Amino acid sequence: MHTTDLKKLANSIRKNVIVGVYHAKSGHPGGSLSSTDILTYLYFKEMNIDPKQPTMPTRDRFVLSKGHAAPALYATLAEKGFFDPEEMTRLRHIGSFLQGHPDMKQTPGVDMSTGSLGQGISTAVGMALSAKLSNEDYRVYTIIGDGETQEGQVWEAAMFAGDRKLDNLVVFVDNNNLQIDGNVDQICSPYPLDKKFEAFNFNVVVIDAHNFDEIENALNIARQTKGKPTAIIASSIKGKGVSFMEDNVGWHGVAPNEEQYKAAILELEEAGEVL
Amino acid sequence: METVKIATRESYGNALVELGHKHPELVVLDADLAAATKTAVFGKEFPERHINCGIAEANMMGIAAGLAATGKIPFVSSFAMFAVGRAYEQIRNSIAYPHLNVKIGATHAGITVGEDGATHQCNEDIALMRTIPDMIVINPCDDIEAQHATKAAFYHDGPVYLRFGRLVVPQVNLDRENYKFEIGKGIVLKEGTDVAIIATGLCVSESLKAAQMLEADGISAKVINIHTIKPIDVELLVKTVSEVKKVVTVEEHSVIGGLGSAVCDVLMEHAPTKVLKLGINDTYGESGPALDLLAKYGLNDENIYSKVKSFVI
Repeated sequence: MHTTDLKKLANSIRKNVIVGVYHAKSGHPGGSLSSTDILTYLYFKEMNIDPKQPTMPTRDRFVLSKGHAAPALYATLAEKGFFDPEEMTRLRHIGSFLQGHPDMKQTPGVDMSTGSLGQGISTAVGMALSAKLSNEDYRVYTIIGDGETQEGQVWEAAMFAGDRKLDNLVVFVDNNNLQIDGNVDQICSPYPLDKKFEAFNFNVVVIDAHNFDEIENALNIARQTKGKPTAIIASSIKGKGVSFMEDNVGWHGVAPNEEQYKAAILELEEAGEVL
Repeated sequence: METVKIATRESYGNALVELGHKHPELVVLDADLAAATKTAVFGKEFPERHINCGIAEANMMGIAAGLAATGKIPFVSSFAMFAVGRAYEQIRNSIAYPHLNVKIGATHAGITVGEDGATHQCNEDIALMRTIPDMIVINPCDDIEAQHATKAAFYHDGPVYLRFGRLVVPQVNLDRENYKFEIGKGIVLKEGTDVAIIATGLCVSESLKAAQMLEADGISAKVINIHTIKPIDVELLVKTVSEVKKVVTVEEHSVIGGLGSAVCDVLMEHAPTKVLKLGINDTYGESGPALDLLAKYGLNDENIYSKVKSFVI
């Protein structure tokens, strides 16, 4: 698959993120849009998955540890064919299988229920350990937020993964440097993240989260690395793809009004046409 | 009949070994307390399936969730204080909400932890676990019951909380061969007509002794062992209060949210009855020998005897 195709898919996924959050009248567009390119690459090029068999035992696993980016995960799963993209209009509605945060019991393709920060990465570590225990070769991927690294549990999980040499585990850090109350480095700085993960015995790659060639290269390095889990510190832009949302903390957890919704969709459609 | 006293944590470890021989999907997790939780015997037998997570209970619960999501059946062990207290939210959100097949084997529950004192004496765990939807809560009273409870937890599909003690306890169920354990079913140990003493865990044997003392005073006390606090045996409780006028609950746990509360929830709805709740009275424990603490906090046979007597008369 060419980079242009990935960009087109990501563009379509971004539109459905906006559709979902708009119809829900709530949700987290900023962190969804910053994670979208990583999710697009994982689900369309990297992972061994089959939308016709969402519980296939040999599949690769994905855990959205920053569960509030659920709209991006749902839009990606829908784009991949796990369910009808039209379902995005029912995001966060009563009775919908698209809950505010991922629910593995309800949504086809969701491998773990998440939403409480710091917990998803531990479950991903457990899955990677499980594969090692039973000599299976599936791989496990997770995306954590940079603000999420303020949770101590992230480092408990990292310590264990490094100690157990879980080289079937890839941890993306969606590093948009914004959290609800402001800039991550001004609230309680977790930096340097690369050196921290190195100190926890990870192989570390630093990339641009919106560059598919860099995502691909990092994942290839992860595959080739034996005896260490890989952390990919992915420098991203919160709200990426919708100019008025980009790098603006105000769009962490707010839905667009009708006017903003139309503007966002228009901008994404224009960007899609250029592709 | 004199029998050997055994701590239920030891029964737990032994049952895990037995299950481990039959079930390769069983894995046991610890947070640097394997020697104390008695899962070390499992680790010795199956080192590759014994995962010591280090002193990191929150992460341990998450690892267990990931293992369960990929087909393993994990038993997670620590002291009740740290399993339930430290990692409550991980149990709630990563294990129970997705209904993952994780068993929490918590040892050193209650004040009979003894000398380590209040920071290690968890009297709130039953209350916390009871409030989690779908969670099964089991507090066995002796060796055979603890072994059966561990096995029943393994075969149950979904999260289970097992509560074990540090202190060696006498055997209550003497007919080990014919002992039957069913999740959610209470056991009548002694019939009686004046009062029902409903107990759980190590308070069951103390209650039985108290009932014998009451008998000598002409008070006929029925004794019921409730090993499963959730789901509780509604049928047995309702039937019991049609036979006796008063109920006493006894537990090595706070009187808030534990067995006493669970019994009152049922009786208030189905058959309002006068209930005396014996337990830890909304306070912390302290350091001291376990049996002395049991006496000081009002939960040994003599305390139960005198409190039931004044409640009945």
